[in-house]
Amino acid sequence: MTERVEIVKKILDSNERLALNNQALLDNHGILGLNIMASPGAGKTSFILQTIKRLPPGLRLGVIEGDTAPVTIDADKVLAAGMPAVQINTGGECHLDAVMMESALQALPLAELDLVIVENVGNLICPAAFKLGTHANLLVASIPEGDDKPYKYPNIYRDLQVLIVNKIDLKPYIDFRMDYFIQGVRALNPGLVIFELSCKTGEGFEAWTNWLVSQVKARKQEA
Amino acid sequence: MHELPVTEDILRIACEEAAKHGAARVSDIYMTIGQFSSIVDDSVQFFWDHISQGTLCEGAKLHFERPPAVLHCNQCAREFELQDELLPCPNCASFDLSVISGDEMQVDHIDIVKEDDHD
Repeated sequence: MTERVEIVKKILDSNERLALNNQALLDNHGILGLNIMASPGAGKTSFILQTIKRLPPGLRLGVIEGDTAPVTIDADKVLAAGMPAVQINTGGECHLDAVMMESALQALPLAELDLVIVENVGNLICPAAFKLGTHANLLVASIPEGDDKPYKYPNIYRDLQVLIVNKIDLKPYIDFRMDYFIQGVRALNPGLVIFELSCKTGEGFEAWTNWLVSQVKARKQEA
Repeated sequence: MHELPVTEDILRIACEEAAKHGAARVSDIYMTIGQFSSIVDDSVQFFWDHISQGTLCEGAKLHFERPPAVLHCNQCAREFELQDELLPCPNCASFDLSVISGDEMQVDHIDIVKEDDHD
């Protein structure tokens, strides 16, 4: 005879609980946390470096770099830009999780920061399933990837707060219908904040950095 | 893919609940995993066969309920299931849609066998 035990428990809930602890740690320091996701080659690192260049002088930023292999190319670039950076080697794992985020936060001088940017592993499927404790998930999509991506990979767009459409300087060369792309995105995620920009030319960056600075300030005031 | 940590969490949840209820072993585990979760059943089963060895859940059968993602048309109020691709409302062709469900990922219940069962 078997006996049925009712459970109804969310899978990966332990990761989410740890993510909440991470978020509380950021909140205690009045820091805004941003989780940046994208497919490889969409321009995550360029986007972070261009953002760093355009932030107002007083805004103190730390970067957590996730990579599947022990290379420090991306972290080195951030350090060269004068910001504290921590490299997490996921040892082949396809995503960062709240445990890795916790140890990375311990390695950053939190008392001296206003903003922590996490560069997740380049992958569109897995990172979305693991909350880190950041305040917003941001996806960098790029024009060369094609305008059908929200239709073909609807999952990715579900749990985002910010969408960056990168490489808009390539619009004249690529058949990318922005209206069609945005229509699919809006169906999946109506409240999403969207910025179109180019890391190459700098076009569109002002609106993005203005928004980011306003979010950092709002977070400081809440603390 | 991220099925390993997902499978580990399923095992943790099932073993904790089984121990709490004095189970000798777990015979069946029932889960609901929505279409948006990007989880492949076969991969979970593959990891399960390895990591459940030597636990209360060794040999337990995994049952996956895979409800489709359901979309609601904000124009004509039709509800329809998401196919592999996001398609417009089958009734009015609008893309003004809202997602109603499809994000589920939970252990619903388990069947346990108790030590003192002799029948």
